[in-house]
Amino acid sequence: MKPAAFHYARPDSRSEVLKLLAETGSDSRVLAGGQSLMAVLNMRLAEPALVIDIGDVADLSYIEIRDDRLCIGANTRQAELLAWPDLAERVPLLTQAMPWVGHFQTRNRGTVCGSVAHADPSAELPLCLAVLGGEIVLERRHWRRGKRVVPAAEFFHGVLTTAREPDELLTEVRFPLARAAHQYHFTEVAMRHGDFALVALAAAIGPDEIRLGVGGVADRPVVRRIPRDVDLDTELNTFAWSLGAEDDGHASAAYRRQLVRELGRKLLTETKP
Amino acid sequence: MTRIAASTPYRVRLILNGRERVGQAESRMLLSDFIRHELGATGTHLGCEHGVCGACTVRVDGVASRACLMLAVQAEDRCIDTVEGLCDGDALGDLQAAFKRHHALQCGFCTAGILNSCVEFLEKMPEPSELDVRDMLSGHLCRCTGYTGIVAAVLEVAAQRRGAQPETPHV
Repeated sequence: MKPAAFHYARPDSRSEVLKLLAETGSDSRVLAGGQSLMAVLNMRLAEPALVIDIGDVADLSYIEIRDDRLCIGANTRQAELLAWPDLAERVPLLTQAMPWVGHFQTRNRGTVCGSVAHADPSAELPLCLAVLGGEIVLERRHWRRGKRVVPAAEFFHGVLTTAREPDELLTEVRFPLARAAHQYHFTEVAMRHGDFALVALAAAIGPDEIRLGVGGVADRPVVRRIPRDVDLDTELNTFAWSLGAEDDGHASAAYRRQLVRELGRKLLTETKP
Repeated sequence: MTRIAASTPYRVRLILNGRERVGQAESRMLLSDFIRHELGATGTHLGCEHGVCGACTVRVDGVASRACLMLAVQAEDRCIDTVEGLCDGDALGDLQAAFKRHHALQCGFCTAGILNSCVEFLEKMPEPSELDVRDMLSGHLCRCTGYTGIVAAVLEVAAQRRGAQPETPHV
């Protein structure tokens, strides 16, 4: 339970990080808050040659509103986002979801972008990003095409697998701000509060349609658009079966499907108009 | 830019419980091992070493963090507080004394981490409810106490510090 030996670099600037990534690619891993990566290193699930600690890159730490999006830099801690005074008004889904992200002791160091980059299928932040239709900003060292913006729907490819190329740094995530006449809800079932979700659900309920997202069942967060005039039970049942749930040591596939149906119904009906 | 080659000792200076300390660490050395083996402060215990059990929780610049999910070299020039810093000379601090009074520990393996979480928790939330305390404790595993004594101790200290009567926790 100790990491294998690695070279360590702690650059002071974004350009130095991108240079190191360009030189080393898949032989390196980026360390920010460490609440996912350090566990992976300790268990030797990854043995990178180089760990690039971005903790000293000051201009990657920010929470700011640009256009109609809440933009969060790669060094911003989860605790900082939760303590951001306008969060409940601007992105109410995150106010509900953030307390489910680990424990306060891990939110103190864990970063928002780190959770998205790690892409655990049961993680709350990737689910929220997918349901709201957010974006991920990736940067690499290139004289012209250095930066690209990927929609959440195209970013998550599978368990711990994303659209990020080995020489790219995830520099920012963007959550769309709350829209008028919309409601946002989040719920989750885990063995203990703060554990990985057996099933997590997030919903954005608008006047015309509902966007319902499920985490913890498929290999990535899955979002379904539900029109307002359909039979909800049938729709939720179809959704639950479409996720390809499997039995594992924590829960059976049937239980996970039942959680999607029951929690989905609760989330979408037991809410104020 | 700081660069450290693999398997090469690197001089790490930090402030441990208010005192400047220096030790040698390879890049891969965890902060928890550095505190215990390099600096000799063995009050910090190691359980799972992947951030789940909470036994190794210390305070890094005042905030509760898992020492097993941090590299020693990341703690360079930072203030680290451990259980050794909680007592007042030979006398127990108020949290420690309350833990003793309420039987909030039995084997004591998890206690150092829980105390460190409690310190930051009570600074941020001086008037916690029982539910708040239990939520804070969800980041720790204790297999002896069933947590009830811990909840009672934390509520009592919170009340003492603001000069009020503690509420009796539900079992």
